[in-house]
Amino acid sequence: MRKAVATIFFIAFLLAFFISVSPWFMRPFGEPADTRMDDYIIKNAQNETGANNAVTSVVFDYRGFDTLGEATVLFTAVAGVVLVLRRYVHE
Amino acid sequence: MNRPSKIVRTIASITFPFIVVFGLYVVMHGHLTPGGGFQGGAVVASGFALLVVAFGTREVVRKIKEKHLSILESLGALAFISLAFAGITVTFFYNSLAGSGGLFGEIPKYGSNPGNMNTGGFLPLMNLSVGLKVIAGLSAVVLALALISLKGGEKK
Repeated sequence: MRKAVATIFFIAFLLAFFISVSPWFMRPFGEPADTRMDDYIIKNAQNETGANNAVTSVVFDYRGFDTLGEATVLFTAVAGVVLVLRRYVHE
Repeated sequence: MNRPSKIVRTIASITFPFIVVFGLYVVMHGHLTPGGGFQGGAVVASGFALLVVAFGTREVVRKIKEKHLSILESLGALAFISLAFAGITVTFFYNSLAGSGGLFGEIPKYGSNPGNMNTGGFLPLMNLSVGLKVIAGLSAVVLALALISLKGGEKK
């Protein structure tokens, strides 16, 4: 028991240490290390997908798999709610 | 269970169409303005929650069954996946409708422009299917939670 508490405190201390130290090692805001992908999407999103909203063209076209997973999460959540409450839902 | 007053019911029945229209606008203009299927679907589902609050669960359940909402949600998911498979000749999720000149097939000018509804290829259709899915799914969740409160209140 005491060992577990000590381990948890050690991990928490490590996390706090890294979080408080991390600002000195971060890149300055607005200066990403590599902008090739951003530049490509800003330049070509309108031409390739025909959508003015580049965010939508990323979400539904370039990263369509991610949206598929998101939709699956929603589907699973609804299925879980209906499954747990099926006694109430189906009279 | 006492019903909400006539004021609440009247205001709800007046504002509900506007909420639905705004949500469908957000869904349909997902490829032009901020928003999209998820956000607009959440707006419409919040309108449905307003109906449940204002008119009571029993009255809403009489009109809308949870079974039908589940069917609609599955239809939305199937439409989304089949739209993703529609571009399978190149890759999964390939936007083969963009720039084809047909439905949603125009290409806007580069740079900022007021926007054209008839652009985007598969994006508006995917937004619509995801919107249908989110509307039906969140409405089903709201309805299920409302039903549990209704039945739980009866047992006491």
